This record gives sequence, C-alpha cells and structure tokens, in this order.
Amino acid sequence: MKIAIASGKGGTGKTTVASSLISVWESPVIAMDLDVEEPNLHLFLNPTFTGKKPANMEIPKADNTLCSQCGKCSELCQFKAISLMGEVLMTFPEMCHGCGGCIAICPEGALTPEFRELGEISWGLSGRAEFLMGRLRVGEAMSPPLMRAVKEKLKEMMNVSSKDVIPKDVIIDAPPGVSCPAINAVMDSDVILLVTEPTPFGFYDMKLAHEAFSPMNIPMGVVVNRAGLGNNKVYDYCTAEELEIMAEIPYDRKIAEAYANGCIIAESSDEMKNIFMSLAEKIKQKAGCKNAAEVCRD
Amino acid sequence: MIEILIISGKGGTGKTSLAAAFAHLAKNHVICDLDVDAPDMHLILNPENTIKTDFVSGHEAVIDQDKCEACGKCLEMCRYEAVNENDDTFSINPLKCEGCKVCVEFCPADAIDFPEKHCGTWYHSDTRFGPMIHAQLFPGEENSGLLVSLLRKKAKELAKQKGLGLILSDGTPGIGCPVIASLSGVTLAVIVTEPTPSGRHDMERVAELCGHFNIPAGIIVNKCDLNEKEAAAIEAYGNEKGFTLFGKLPHDPIVTRAMINGQAITEFSQNGFAKQVADIWDRIIHMATPIK
Repeated sequence: MKIAIASGKGGTGKTTVASSLISVWESPVIAMDLDVEEPNLHLFLNPTFTGKKPANMEIPKADNTLCSQCGKCSELCQFKAISLMGEVLMTFPEMCHGCGGCIAICPEGALTPEFRELGEISWGLSGRAEFLMGRLRVGEAMSPPLMRAVKEKLKEMMNVSSKDVIPKDVIIDAPPGVSCPAINAVMDSDVILLVTEPTPFGFYDMKLAHEAFSPMNIPMGVVVNRAGLGNNKVYDYCTAEELEIMAEIPYDRKIAEAYANGCIIAESSDEMKNIFMSLAEKIKQKAGCKNAAEVCRD
Repeated sequence: MIEILIISGKGGTGKTSLAAAFAHLAKNHVICDLDVDAPDMHLILNPENTIKTDFVSGHEAVIDQDKCEACGKCLEMCRYEAVNENDDTFSINPLKCEGCKVCVEFCPADAIDFPEKHCGTWYHSDTRFGPMIHAQLFPGEENSGLLVSLLRKKAKELAKQKGLGLILSDGTPGIGCPVIASLSGVTLAVIVTEPTPSGRHDMERVAELCGHFNIPAGIIVNKCDLNEKEAAAIEAYGNEKGFTLFGKLPHDPIVTRAMINGQAITEFSQNGFAKQVADIWDRIIHMATPIK
C-alpha cells in the first residue's frame, strides 16, 4: 500500500503528518520524500544514510564534424534545447527535457548522449522504517525527472522486500501545489491524504488539490491541521463532497513549538500518538475499501 | 522598473499574507501573483473588472485508434512511461505526457495527433490596492514556468503603460521551475522564513538559488518566537552570507484573523504587529530603490 501525503497549500503540515505516521506505523514501511525541491522529512526522522547516488538525465552532445546541418533535431525539439546557429549546432542543456528524440532522429550520428545532474538520491534507515529521498540540485528547474529516478530506486527497495512475508508499505511526503510535481508524487498511490488548515488559503488550495487529484480515482481523505484556528469552510466542503475527515490536529502553540524543535508530533504526547494511530487504522480501512471495490469489479 | 519578489522555499511561512500587506502599503505599483499553481493573493485583494485570457502552451500526444497498428514503437520510444498498453490497444496518459513529440515523429502509421494544450487562464484585474496580474494553471498542468514568464511580461507592459515604477510579486514555494522563472532578473528577492528545521533548511536552499542567479536578497523571520535558537541560526546565516535581515515578526493569530476577514494585515489592524510589517516594508523599498 502506498499513501501519499499532499496538500495544495504549502506549510499545512504534510511533513508533520508523514513523520508521525511513520512513527506509529506497525508494519514494514518505507518513508519516501518526493518533495525534491525542499525535502524536509529527514530533518524529523533523522535517518542514518546508507547510500546515495547522483540522479542524471540524458541530454545530447553535438559533434559538429559529423553534423550535416539537416536541422531535423531542432525541428523536432519542443523545448528549444537544440538549434543551428549559422553552421554550428548548439545545445542548451538546461532547456532539455531528456526525451532522446534528437539523438534518435539524427541521420549522421552527430548526437551522442551525455548527462545533466538533476540532484541526488539518498537512502537509509530511521528506526524500523526504511528511508528514501531525492534532493534537487540548486539551480536545476525540473523536479519530475528526479522524482522518476527516486521512484526507480523505490522499486529496487520494494523488490528486496518481496522475499519478506509482509510487503512494505510506502508513505510519501509530496510537494505542495497541484501542478506536475504534485501529480507525479501522488499518481501511483493507493490513498491520498490532503492535509489542510481551516483558513481561507488552506480551504482554497485544498479544493484545488481535490479537483486536481479526483480524476485519478484514488481514495482521498482529509487531515485538518490547526483545527480551531480559522473558520468552517473546510468542514462544509468536506461534508458536501463526501470527503472523509480522517484526523484533526488541534491548533496549539505547544505543537507548533514541538515542530519548531524538530520533534515528531506523534511522539510529543499520548493524545497525539492516539490521533495518528487512529489515522493509520482509517488509512488501512480506506485502502482496503478500494481493494474490495476492485475485487467486486473483477 | 523595480521588481520585488516574495519567496520562501518552504510553503506556509506567511509569504502571501505579507505580500498582501506590502501590496496595501506600496505606492504606484502593479501587483503580480506568480503562484500560478495555488494562488491565494486574490482571496485578500478581491480582484474586479477581470479580463480573462487563455494560456495555451505546449502540445500533447493523442493516439488515433482508427490509424494505430499497435506496433508498440511509441511505447518503446517514450521516456516518460506515458504510453499504456492494454490488450494491444495503445493510449497516452495525459498526466505523464511531456509533449516531446517523439512518439508522433516515429509512429510509422502517422497515428498520433499532437494538439495544442490549453493549460490555464491568466487575468488582468483591478484591486483596491492597484492593478493586478494573476493566473490559474489548470490542475495537474505543466508549463508553470512559461506562465510565470508570461505574467511577468504582462506586468511590465502594464506598469510601463500606466507609468508605475514598481512590480510587487508573490512567488511560489520550492526552488524549481516556477521559482527560477520568477526570480531571474528581479531587483530584490524577499525570503520569508520561520524558525523551524524545515523553514531554515528551505530558506538556505532558496537563498543559495538567489546567489546562483546573482539576485540581491533579504530575509524576514516570521513566527520568530517559536524557536529562538533556530531564529538566531537564521540570523547568523544571513550575516555570514550577506543577506539583509529586514525584520522579525512574532507568531500572532492576527495574521489568520485578517485573512478570514479578507483584509491585508495592515488594513485590518494598526497595532504593534502591523506597525512592524510597515517598518519592514520601508526597509525593503529602501533597499530596492536605486540611490539617486
């Protein structure tokens, strides 16, 4: 089972929820941070890193001695990453999306693969949980290809577990927003948790996220963080849309301070621990529902 | 033309609440919401007389099932795992399609169409604080960087046309594509952070990004009383790296109360917190204004 923790608005408590769920999760679990632009989960889980590797994307390298200036590559490229400047074929590595089209179409073999570093993937252990994250290189614009590389590594980590009796669950800390990076993070999950706060910004962005993720037909639930802070719009919307509120974390300065001290909220008091244990239970039920529905359809 | 951009790295540090207050305090300016993915500034500024324009950018591949010969070339060539195969029927997952045209080009049956994509809408509006340029990318869409660049171009045109000397922009969290598109060439970046491990970590990355593009930047520490040690570490980082500290603001429920009221903090109240915000704005505008 894969659980994606997403939000729309940033700073609503995705990492708080992800780290706390990891802390109370009883079956084998991998914590995966897919907020590669600003990964934070490691700051709370303090993993011991056991490995890392750079994540690269294939980009073209031009050999002008072989180029016949036919222009097929620049005509195909949708990202303005390769063009003929006079009689010289120039590549613009930062613009390249790594589709491989130019290399495939070149009739002269004048383009060969080289690599652009997107960032780094690292992994390790945090208590009983395995840990995996991607970190985008500062100055690199494209996070989705790095996220794909992190997911490739996840497959490797999952495969090791196929020998285990119990398959590993995955808890994903997703990036904020509702555009391509957020969609990329949640698209393969079995349950999506939308973490929000009951404020006008929290409500508006949760609605955007709900609309963005709905077409994927993945069961969704809501976690209301800082409950008691603002107004009722989040609750009214959830009732109208039949979105289950799976947990509420009260608005409490002590929680904000615990977070500011790098604490995992579920470990800060018994009350908090119970909130997240109950949430974990509800998530399992929600994922179970989906599987049951699939069985019925088959 | 002065361009001031409010960013944060981490989301939820108070970017938009402060940007809305600055929009209230600033004079002779165009307001620009560059968070095209999850924009919130309009919830405070209540834009009116809006002129809507479609944002069409890029293309997406669509397989014409009548022409498809199920050879599998598209599946083989696609680097984005966007081609699905189901009982010899091939289809493209639009959420995964990057719009690279490789499948279109190499399809031996010419069975793949490549229509343009309507990715969102951008708006030109009036607000009680001045003219505003903003947008909404459709959920799940790409090309946010291109939309950000378009908004900045439109804001500049509008400022020139109206003889306004300042563009005040609210940015997006993160350090990726839309942030880079927002940041390049601005006069000053204002980084709103909070004294938490995530706040500091993300501030350092976005500050590094400003350094990467040679953009002058300064820091506001919001919710500064949540953890004094972290707040001190942020200040020390700013001192060491040469980022101006514009000010520190306490954790105050007034920010949420103003938001619920649909008002900028400085409109909602004239108390100590709002006064501190006004002082911070004075420092920002002073730093961004060229010495005559």
